Amino acid sequence: MNPEQALSRRVRSIRPSAIRRFFDLVNGMKDGAISLSIGEPDFVTPWAIREAGIHSLEQGHTHYSPNAGFRELRTEICRYLDRRFALRYDPDTQVVVTVGGSEAIDLALRALVDPGDEVVVPEPCFVSYLSCAVLADAKVVTVPCYAEDGFKLDPERLRAALSPRTKAVVLGFPSNPTGAVMSRDELAKVVEVLEGSDAVVISDELYAELTYAPATHCSIASFPSMRDRTVVVNGFSKSFAMTGWRIGYACGPAPILAAMNKIHQYAIMSSPTTAQYAAIEALRSCDAEVAAMVAEYDRRRRVVVDAVRKAGLSCFDPLGAFYVFPDIRATGLTSTDFCETFLTEEKVAVVPGNAFGGPGEGFVRICYAYSIENIEEAMHRLQRFTAGRIK
Amino acid sequence: MGIRETILGLLEKDSRLTAERIAVMTGFPEAQVAAEIAAMEKEKVILAYGAVVDWEKTDRDPVTALIEVRITPQRGQGFDRIAHRIYSYPEVKSCYLMSGGFDLMVIIEDASLKSVARFVSERIAPLDSVISTATHFILKKYKMQGTEFAPKSEDDREALFV
Ligand SMILES: Cc1ncc(COP(=O)(O)O)c(C=O)c1O
Repeated sequence: MNPEQALSRRVRSIRPSAIRRFFDLVNGMKDGAISLSIGEPDFVTPWAIREAGIHSLEQGHTHYSPNAGFRELRTEICRYLDRRFALRYDPDTQVVVTVGGSEAIDLALRALVDPGDEVVVPEPCFVSYLSCAVLADAKVVTVPCYAEDGFKLDPERLRAALSPRTKAVVLGFPSNPTGAVMSRDELAKVVEVLEGSDAVVISDELYAELTYAPATHCSIASFPSMRDRTVVVNGFSKSFAMTGWRIGYACGPAPILAAMNKIHQYAIMSSPTTAQYAAIEALRSCDAEVAAMVAEYDRRRRVVVDAVRKAGLSCFDPLGAFYVFPDIRATGLTSTDFCETFLTEEKVAVVPGNAFGGPGEGFVRICYAYSIENIEEAMHRLQRFTAGRIK
Repeated sequence: MGIRETILGLLEKDSRLTAERIAVMTGFPEAQVAAEIAAMEKEKVILAYGAVVDWEKTDRDPVTALIEVRITPQRGQGFDRIAHRIYSYPEVKSCYLMSGGFDLMVIIEDASLKSVARFVSERIAPLDSVISTATHFILKKYKMQGTEFAPKSEDDREALFV
């Protein structure tokens, strides 16, 4: 028996990505190397949150929680979404606490898609949308977003991608990898297009807290016509610097959330109990800590954008998440060549834009969830690197 | 937050930041940042620039003590006069007027336990308006001016593709 052949066609269709090789290089880097490649906060979880997790352990809260998560947490999630983004949900029927936003994306796709259904995914985008859609047996239809549009979703291109078989559209704004944010007015045009279809929107809003003036986050679910057909995915990883706790959530129409909870119940049982206690504290008392982290990201963002432009690369002003996505075509290099050469010559790791989909070719993703000292040194090396290459 | 508060917030954490770097970080024009800093220095909004030092790692390891001082203010002189007589000594690093069980909190740094004790008994206690003093020696510094003394500084994040 050949174990290789035991694998499903579905899982085999997902190729190990070329980017793995690049990250092996990054992990092997020695002293003096600087990585601006990892998409997670450098901040440690605020102490009040860690303390709440520790306290829950001291109290012996080490058992399963209800499948959908503790009601107290679901209630706090609903209060938070209402307070911050004017979204109203019922904690008893419209919320499931998940193992990160990652699980919520997977659950939503699995709950919605039948084999052959189409899932529309704007690119460049977070890497798991496509793979999760494929694993759910969807036919993926990508929509390119371009630098000229600030990497926002163009409503007409979306319209062209929709068909009667479109089951879901996955939106990820503020965007990993581009840092693009869509304003209420821009979303309104997307909503108009979606109103002409029966697609459910899976709106990945993990970076909702990380927007920089003048941008603010607007959830597509806050449009009355979208409310009953949007699954909002959010979590604690980015906003509260809680990546390792593995906790997030989904909110949306009760029938869809009930279906997602069904899958969650059998695949996962319930999200980590310690993380849920910590998350309750995060939502209750950590607005100031979040604001301080956002202010620090904003300073780093300005440093990177300024330096990248001084290095001769063009770059739109990214007003969300913690990424800058400059155009490196002036160097004459492809994204992959740029990143590999920059890594070997200057020992700085940034991620090739094409790893996030075709339209990312010609761009690189610089993550600024790093100390300002590291960022400034890396930007110094970037300027040295591009100096000889840009004519 | 206005431009001054923004600049001060940054300088309080890193007094070596130049106007140029602050301008990049905040988006304010460099000339304006430089002018505000100069004005705040002149107006004594910014009093001094210093460093947070872990002296234990050096050959000089001074003793720090907190002294609670209770005083009777003299007629027409209030607390300021007596505070001035105390904080004018260079050994006094900080001096605060307090609410509660005592009046002045005096923070002293000196070469040895003995020299601190001598300072209290010879300089502070004999003052007419001082009713009593209580001296507390600092045994270990964990955090000072928002800075931890033994921070976890390693970035041990795994290079994952996310
Ligand atoms: C856009 C986006 N969505 C979702 C996630 C997953 O986050 P988590 O599963 O930690 O909540 C990430 C992580 O990088 C992301 O960038």
